[in-house]
Amino acid sequence: MIALRLGYIPLIDAAPLIVAHELGFAAEEGLQLHLIRLGAWAQSRDMLGAGLIDAAHMLVPMPVGQALGLGPDLLALDLVMFLSHGGQAVAVSRELERRMRADGHGFDFADARRAGLALRRAVRGPLRVGVPFMFSTQVELIHRWLSACGFTPTDLQIKTVPPPMMADALAANDIDAFCVGEPWASFAVERGIAALLLPGTAIWAAPPEKGLVLRHDDAESRPEQTGALMRALWRAGRWLDDPDHRGTAAEIISRPCYLDLPSELAERGLTGRLLISPGGQTRDVPEFLAFNAGAASFPWKSLAALFADGIARRHGLDPGPAKQAAMARFRTDLYRQHLRPAGAALPGASLRVEGGITRDRIVPAERGQMILRADGFFDGFVFDPSAPDPSTN
Amino acid sequence: MSKKLLILVVEQDHVRAQSIADGLREAGDHDIRIIAEQTALARRVAEIRPDVVLIDIANPSRDILEELALASGPAERPVAMFVDRSDEGLTRLAIEAGISAYVVDGLRADRLKPVIDAAIVRFHMLQQLRAELAATRAALEERKIVDQAKAVLMKARGIGEDEAYALLRKTAMDQGKRIGEIAQHLITAAGLLGR
Repeated sequence: MIALRLGYIPLIDAAPLIVAHELGFAAEEGLQLHLIRLGAWAQSRDMLGAGLIDAAHMLVPMPVGQALGLGPDLLALDLVMFLSHGGQAVAVSRELERRMRADGHGFDFADARRAGLALRRAVRGPLRVGVPFMFSTQVELIHRWLSACGFTPTDLQIKTVPPPMMADALAANDIDAFCVGEPWASFAVERGIAALLLPGTAIWAAPPEKGLVLRHDDAESRPEQTGALMRALWRAGRWLDDPDHRGTAAEIISRPCYLDLPSELAERGLTGRLLISPGGQTRDVPEFLAFNAGAASFPWKSLAALFADGIARRHGLDPGPAKQAAMARFRTDLYRQHLRPAGAALPGASLRVEGGITRDRIVPAERGQMILRADGFFDGFVFDPSAPDPSTN
Repeated sequence: MSKKLLILVVEQDHVRAQSIADGLREAGDHDIRIIAEQTALARRVAEIRPDVVLIDIANPSRDILEELALASGPAERPVAMFVDRSDEGLTRLAIEAGISAYVVDGLRADRLKPVIDAAIVRFHMLQQLRAELAATRAALEERKIVDQAKAVLMKARGIGEDEAYALLRKTAMDQGKRIGEIAQHLITAAGLLGR
């Protein structure tokens, strides 16, 4: 058995790591996993970079931020597969909920444009939105959504708030709204502090959320253990995508040694049946959180470019070289090499136009055909990674 | 003469915070501030404008400091860079000790190093104390579980306490597992069977 130390942050999308360990997918591959619960995203990055853990469950844009030189000067980090899509929710304060309901908004938890316009009308002064980390899918979702709904950069303040503190920050009036991964949005609803306005998937149908990140030198020099870990997590993701397994998964990950929360709370995000308001309304969101289906785990280089483009613009860097640097860190080559033997469907290309698939589509694969998940943005935005950058701004 | 360094220690646990501050005072004549609250951290750091911020590597509030370190303009940037940009070996030692440091732009490495070194010594001490405490707790917890498992066995099989313990120990040895693990499995199984 090869022993591996894996870092994770307590969120429901850490499920593939926990399930791979608890249900034996790791042992089948000859791995003994030591799962290490971490307190901060920066801790995960630092411990991985310094070699204190072997791999980490990380926000997809984090290795992009590192590749752009926006973090500490640690060893290079590679993202070898996505672990999940979705799982995020946008929540607003009870005061904003009250104003939006008075204005006739029905909290359908589905129509991003209607919700964004209703929010625009309800907000007085700049809207302060909490996000878990400055390099996160949540930042991208908030910018994309609100800029398309009439918010200008001066109307919006994005603030980092650690997920377990989101509810408190809202209660203390430090923020007006937040976008965070489950179970922390449901946690704030449970405490009577927030109402859920939208799932992340209403803004972007397949927002990649977490990835498996390794040190570049390890990913290269230890192909056997890298491949074994990827296969174990891929199979755990496949198991998790069976709707009948989600309840069991909620119980396993909620144990005191993992998330240490009531399993009912984790179950909401895992089953896509969310209580949106302390008043008791629930909404069903099919595909709220996906782990494996529709090639969800394939780390498209075009997604590295998409995140790099947004991060570069917000931090005053040249998007062209930023996109190149980020794409090199998303290892579609290792994905093909290590998951081909496990039977993963492999797309013919590693780049595509992002946001171009409005409903699940059958496409040619390396062998035969495969289904790609719908990945459209609510406003019809598409991102072409090969398009030349506009010369101004 | 260069002015005193203003060092901010972010730590909720009062005893830990004092211990770190004591260590830093031994390392030099610095101005040391401690803040415990987490929610208004960004505002407090902007007000205090420290030269160095020291924080436990696992403190969730670190992610707030990360944002400050990358704030858009130098004028609004109270914390400007990561310690590792000045010395790679020092970073690694700091991370291993469980400490994270944010340092204002332009602070010279020879002024910084003694501070980080002192902090590393203190964090190592605190880490050791914490590990010992955790080990004691785990041992107590395991004893409780083993006692419960013994009770289950005694009732189910009508055997004495010594015999129940011997059975647990033998099973653990046969399966190459810790006795606490076997006890936990037994309790879970007994719960499922409604006993």
